[in-house]
Amino acid sequence: MANNVEVKEIKYTAKDFASDQEVRWCPGCGDYSILAQVQRTFPEIIDRPKENIVWVSGIGCSSRFPYYMNTYGFHGIHGRAPAIATGVKLANPNLSVWVASGDGDLLSIGGNHFIHACRKNIDLKILMFNNRIYGLTKGQYSPTSERGKVTKTTPYGSIDYPFNPPMLALGAEASFIARSIDRHPKHLQEMIRRAGLHKGTAFIEIFQNCNIFNDGAFSLLTEKDTKDDHVLELIHGQPMVFGKNKNKGIKLDGLTPMVVDLTSGKYSKDDLWVHDEFDPNPARTAILAMFDETPGFPTPIGVFRQIIKETYDEGMFRQIEEVKKKKGEGELEKILFSGNVWEVN
Amino acid sequence: METEKEKELLQLKEVTIRFAGDSGDGMQLTGTQFSETTALVGNDLNTLPDYPAEIRAPAGTIYGVSGFQLHFSSEDIYTPGDQPDVLVAMNPAALKKNLPELKKGGMIIVNSDSFDIKNLSLAHYESNPLEDGTLDGYQVYQVPISSLTANALEGVKLSPKEVSRAKNFFALGLMYWLFNRPIDNTVNWIHQKFAKNPEYIEGNEKALRAGYNYGEMTELFTARYTVEPAKLPKGIYRSISGNEATALGFLTASVKSGLPLFLGSYPITPASEIIQYLSTYKNFGVKTFQAEDEISGITTAIGAAFAGNLAITSTSGPGLALKTEAIGLAVMTELPLVIIDVQRGGPSTGLPTKTEQADLLQAVCGRNGEAPVAVVAAATPSDCFNMALEASRIAIKYMTPVILLTDGYIANGSEPWRIPHTNEIPEIPVKFRTEKEGFYPYLRNENLARPWAIPGTPGLEHRIGGLEKSDIYGNVSYDPDNHHKMVQLRAKKIKNIENDIPLLEVEGDQSGELLVAGWGGTYGTIKEAVNKARAQGYKVSQVHFRYINPFPKNTEQVLKSFKKILIPEINLGQLARLIKSEFIIDVQQFNVVRGLPLRVADIVDQIIKTLGGNNGK
Ligand SMILES: Cc1ncc(C[n+]2csc(CCOP(=O)(O)OP(=O)(O)O)c2C)c(N)n1
Ligand code: SF4
Ligand SMILES: [Mg+2]
Repeated sequence: MANNVEVKEIKYTAKDFASDQEVRWCPGCGDYSILAQVQRTFPEIIDRPKENIVWVSGIGCSSRFPYYMNTYGFHGIHGRAPAIATGVKLANPNLSVWVASGDGDLLSIGGNHFIHACRKNIDLKILMFNNRIYGLTKGQYSPTSERGKVTKTTPYGSIDYPFNPPMLALGAEASFIARSIDRHPKHLQEMIRRAGLHKGTAFIEIFQNCNIFNDGAFSLLTEKDTKDDHVLELIHGQPMVFGKNKNKGIKLDGLTPMVVDLTSGKYSKDDLWVHDEFDPNPARTAILAMFDETPGFPTPIGVFRQIIKETYDEGMFRQIEEVKKKKGEGELEKILFSGNVWEVN
Repeated sequence: METEKEKELLQLKEVTIRFAGDSGDGMQLTGTQFSETTALVGNDLNTLPDYPAEIRAPAGTIYGVSGFQLHFSSEDIYTPGDQPDVLVAMNPAALKKNLPELKKGGMIIVNSDSFDIKNLSLAHYESNPLEDGTLDGYQVYQVPISSLTANALEGVKLSPKEVSRAKNFFALGLMYWLFNRPIDNTVNWIHQKFAKNPEYIEGNEKALRAGYNYGEMTELFTARYTVEPAKLPKGIYRSISGNEATALGFLTASVKSGLPLFLGSYPITPASEIIQYLSTYKNFGVKTFQAEDEISGITTAIGAAFAGNLAITSTSGPGLALKTEAIGLAVMTELPLVIIDVQRGGPSTGLPTKTEQADLLQAVCGRNGEAPVAVVAAATPSDCFNMALEASRIAIKYMTPVILLTDGYIANGSEPWRIPHTNEIPEIPVKFRTEKEGFYPYLRNENLARPWAIPGTPGLEHRIGGLEKSDIYGNVSYDPDNHHKMVQLRAKKIKNIENDIPLLEVEGDQSGELLVAGWGGTYGTIKEAVNKARAQGYKVSQVHFRYINPFPKNTEQVLKSFKKILIPEINLGQLARLIKSEFIIDVQQFNVVRGLPLRVADIVDQIIKTLGGNNGK
């Protein structure tokens, strides 16, 4: 089977990943961009014949994604994509398994599967299309909707506190946590590429505009005149600089972050927090994740954190090999006739 | 000394013993050891562990009593026995709880040391039953088991608490003597089990031997008993519980199909042992995944089935309820999957450690939409092995989820199993689709099964999911006529399985006055009842359903060959309901839902009643 993945030259183009199915998202939906960036990136990052790629999803607008990819695909039930994908990966570890999910699908009904996939470090790439709304069911608030939001089920405003997805992934100890934006194609491509190369649970939160039920949710981060002041692009080894003229930076004072003005002469780039994806201290990643909720701070995008540790699938097959070595390959006849047996003549 | 006096050895055909004590007293272990030895001696046997849901309920209380009943015989037997002949009661609570079920005139062996004021009051005894006449009419043996054990263990380096814990081995030794069984199997077990703890070996072995010798020396017992080996069919045997047989069945199905076994499961009584057993077979490449919940248990299995493993998920009633939506997904995606439900008392958390048959309708009907699945049920502990193989075969051949029903009684109970040789077990053929030419995901073969085209196969990239699929092509379809057609195809595919399963076999006359029909774990009880009634001259036959959806092809013909049909079930008549609605016939029900196996005597009574006194003789 897929065990002997040939080392033949595989050359794909974006088109090879487009299925024959008509794409049925609303015109203008951010999902189109995500699909396009995945199809554009895959020829570069796919290190195996495309029959070894599987896309798994739950239910939601976003979860239609697998139908549009010309790979193996499984459109599951609401919330269960990480679990279904886990089964696929454990059944055949040679497969590259990708999950497409929504903020409701992954963090509400599927929250349990999500945190446990992260905790177990199952080698899955999870793309969460965060439009901060339930799209498919036509506009109810979601676990990432901001407090006070008026939706069909919160006519007087939501009183829920939203999840901070990178924070949740961090709490569940996901080994790769990133964020990007549908309207930032180059950046999104880079994040997909990075997730694809990671071994272990890779989580990308993708801000996605639902122009029907939550239009403009991310406009501060995408519109020309506001985005520079509101987005912080994290680059490994680089000081955290943002602003229209790269005029602002983040300084970390102990465990307290502050936004500093680089033009006042008081601070230079040398004073800034240098981003380290491999920072072993999750407290600092948490500080980054909190920027989002702190007035005056920019929203970070990029790779928040990356950790290398054994994946669940590696552990499972390692253990199988170890036990085989120790006990020898299983012999059914021996097992059936084991224990206290007696003969009747 | 007069201890040399020979004691009489009386031969018995069968005996039912119940060991009862505090849940910390080791009664399950005592019962299991006695059973193993009894199996090795060659008796036919059947066991019924009965333990509280609380792991360590407060000592001495009635609800903390744990029991283990076993029935052994020189002839074929099918049940753990309605009523014990012998009760071993380690404390007053155990006596109080079990006395009502003991046969009139039965034998009681009590640990008299435990009948102190504290334990008597915990058991709600106002006076000491050993002195106040409560036990008149029984053969009572008061044995100071605690103090005799303490004496025997003098000098062994164990704490008083550990010494006290060895008293179950004293009781076991005494029972070995009383029923003329060798102690060496248990001695070996003690040596293996406590290999790292020489003090435990010494203590437990001493207690065991002291119990045995006590029987020999004491004046208390004037006779001992023996039960000759049963005449079982030739072969090599082992004693097996239903859960163990289930695990071995799926392991065998994995070997016979050449597919790696994947089990996704969340622990739940009484099903947890299945994942526990299977997790030890890693050298067979078995993959066990302890999921975060039951939904993950089944959906990981569905993913594994999609990717080409033999995928199964094990649970009990509450877990089956959680898996409902996902079973529908497996129906829609037409993937092979086995769901094992070890039924327990319900609804809700119900009676976790007790048995029941009340998930049948949930298994057959419990899903949204028209979602037919195959349903099979094991009849005895060892039959779990066969039905695990059958469930796997059907799932793979018909590309369908199959629900395998067992229950707490056969899952925990054990019986001698004639072990089949691997070469006697048929292969399970598997054909993955590889040809690109003419491939469509929902193209069906002669069994109406769609192709199993697994990821990794070049050229067959396709998408499936829970949305309705177009016939043949498998694209998402909202077309009304297509949906109607697919609903019918899915139903027909399951119905067709009737051509591929054994016919119902009537035990007894093939037609006549009364047929007793059962399903699942009640087989042994019904069989023994029918045999008894027949021995008394009543004309009655038996059928037992192991295949429930679809029913065997001759079901209607068999049912209609009898004037009356009696269906005993541990529920309020779920098989009866299915049979009445499917075959439009009248049936008599017999339903007792006590969390325990049905009683042979009750079914015999019911048979006689249904026959109307002499009718049928
Ligand atoms: C068991 C179940 N409950 C509810 C639904 C209805 N439902 C479908 S999608 C959805 C929410 C989708 O929101 P999200 O995951 O954010 O995806 P989006 O449509 O926004 O991409 C809900 C509630 C369902 N399909 N299944
Ligand atoms: S409802 Fe919103 S998320 Fe769904 S397809 Fe339309 S725009 Fe996209
Ligand atoms: Mg959404």
